[in-house]
Amino acid sequence: MIRIDNVHKRFAGGGGAALAGVDLTIARGEVFGVIGRSGAGKSTLLRLLNGLEKPSEGHVRFDGIDVATLGPADLRQLRRRVGMIFQNFGLLSSATVAQNVALPLKIAGTPRAAIAARVAELLDRVGLHDHATKYPAQLSGGQKQRVGIARALATGPDVLLCDEATSALDPETTRDVLALIAALNRDLGLTIVLITHEMDVVRQGCDRVAVLKAGQVVETGPVADVVIDPQHAETRALLADAGDIGPGAHDFAGQVVHFTVHGAATTTPLISRIARETGADLTILDGRVGRLRDTAYAQLTLGIAGGNTAAALELLAQYGRVSR
Amino acid sequence: MTDFFADVVWSDIALATVDTLIMVFGSLGLTVLIGLPLGLALFLTAPGQVWANRGLHGALAVAVNILRSLPFIILLIVLIPVTLALVGTSLGVAGAIVPLVAGAAPFFARLVETALREVDRNTIEAVQAMGATTRDLVLRALLPEALPGIIAAGTVTAIALVSYTAMAGAVGAGGLGDLAIRYGYQRFQTDVMVVTVALLIVLVQLVQMLGDRLVRHFSRR
Ligand SMILES: Nc1ncnc2c1ncn2[C@@H]1O[C@H](COP(=O)(O)OP(=O)(O)OP(=O)(O)O)[C@@H](O)[C@H]1O
Ligand SMILES: [Mg+2]
Repeated sequence: MIRIDNVHKRFAGGGGAALAGVDLTIARGEVFGVIGRSGAGKSTLLRLLNGLEKPSEGHVRFDGIDVATLGPADLRQLRRRVGMIFQNFGLLSSATVAQNVALPLKIAGTPRAAIAARVAELLDRVGLHDHATKYPAQLSGGQKQRVGIARALATGPDVLLCDEATSALDPETTRDVLALIAALNRDLGLTIVLITHEMDVVRQGCDRVAVLKAGQVVETGPVADVVIDPQHAETRALLADAGDIGPGAHDFAGQVVHFTVHGAATTTPLISRIARETGADLTILDGRVGRLRDTAYAQLTLGIAGGNTAAALELLAQYGRVSR
Repeated sequence: MTDFFADVVWSDIALATVDTLIMVFGSLGLTVLIGLPLGLALFLTAPGQVWANRGLHGALAVAVNILRSLPFIILLIVLIPVTLALVGTSLGVAGAIVPLVAGAAPFFARLVETALREVDRNTIEAVQAMGATTRDLVLRALLPEALPGIIAAGTVTAIALVSYTAMAGAVGAGGLGDLAIRYGYQRFQTDVMVVTVALLIVLVQLVQMLGDRLVRHFSRR
């Protein structure tokens, strides 16, 4: 659906390149995450997708159409197919909730009567029908983002771009908003590009993820693979920020290994089983157990001592991935 | 007390007050008519905005700065030939309007530009991302969002115009300033001076109060 082809972006006024040769393919109907630290170029990448920014080099294609080649009218048409939400919501403070949601429809020239019905339907979907006549200043952050989402959906887009959409929200509200985004993906088949600097958001909400560092994609793949078996130092650092990869136990007298497991094996009582079968003592030094969208996973630092350590490691490897 | 004001010709005061009101609000109307589009143009042509154009922005900024760097009393004199050409006289209320607007419009335009810059960057981007034309962006987002700021700018400008009209009185514009200068300064009639000063103060207070009230009415933050 979206192909990003060797895209470079340099801003006038010098500095390094914001993007330096990005290649990505985003499939129809998936939730695609882009994670990276501040200044990595995430927002720049997202803004290229709806032509708010033009690449200095390379191509961004939407269903095969190069965004940069579109004239102003065609670009406006494209933007109606691409909704966008923002960290700071970007709502009109001078307009009510209903007027904010109606704005894209007015701009698209939708007839008045149809606008009212559509706005009511959208506010229902995001659970804000009781707040239609309020102004944004009277809403909580989570409610503001729901208005942002309703507004982004107004013209019935196929794609939703989310720029740090949950970064201004607390963890619980973040979960609610991500659940809403997941529901849109499921119910409407919306393709979603989600930008964040938090691994938790990627884990909760995305199918695939690209890790962006200094304008380059350093790792990309299904979330389960990237989270469980990170290949690049930047990915590991981002995971460490989220508390995923603990410092381990340096004082343990014995073998220390990192063990990751996901899917059905996560709930197998394998540690006691391995201990019984090999006579080795196993202890959990650090770890995290959670969910990647819909599958369970565990990422543990294990200490192994005594008994047949080699056999214990072999058994572990049958259930999941072992690394030192 | 009554003795002190015995020599004040109240009908003159009334006429002068009306002249001042006409000059202030007439020129305020024209100032908004010219200054608002000028302020918008300054904002839209600035770097990073939809009509970003270094040359045009620079040219507008220089023109605005030139008019703003002239003290109003100088502008009054410099513009006499222009006023003569435009309205046929450089005297009276009609003659004052041209320099008043020339002095106030660039000032107002800068304030409008500042008010527009206060509009949340994300909001502008969100509206652009909807597929808005520049016209939609201006009419449906920028102006409504900046409205309280623009009204505040209008209030400051109206008050500046009150003081400009008083100065314009010095070169034959009429109004309260003219009265204050003719009676208070040239004939040492302190009573007239006191009355005109009091009226000017009241006028400024009323304008400020009205402006503040409108700003509050339109603010939703
Ligand atoms: N309009 C611009 N003009 C000049 N430089 C810019 C512009 N926008 C972004 N940059 C630069 O490009 C780089 C990437 O910025 P970008 O906003 O894409 O980062 P980001 O990953 O979204 O960061 P954050 O998490 O802080 O939002 C930064 O170095 C930034 O300074
Ligand atoms: Mg950003």
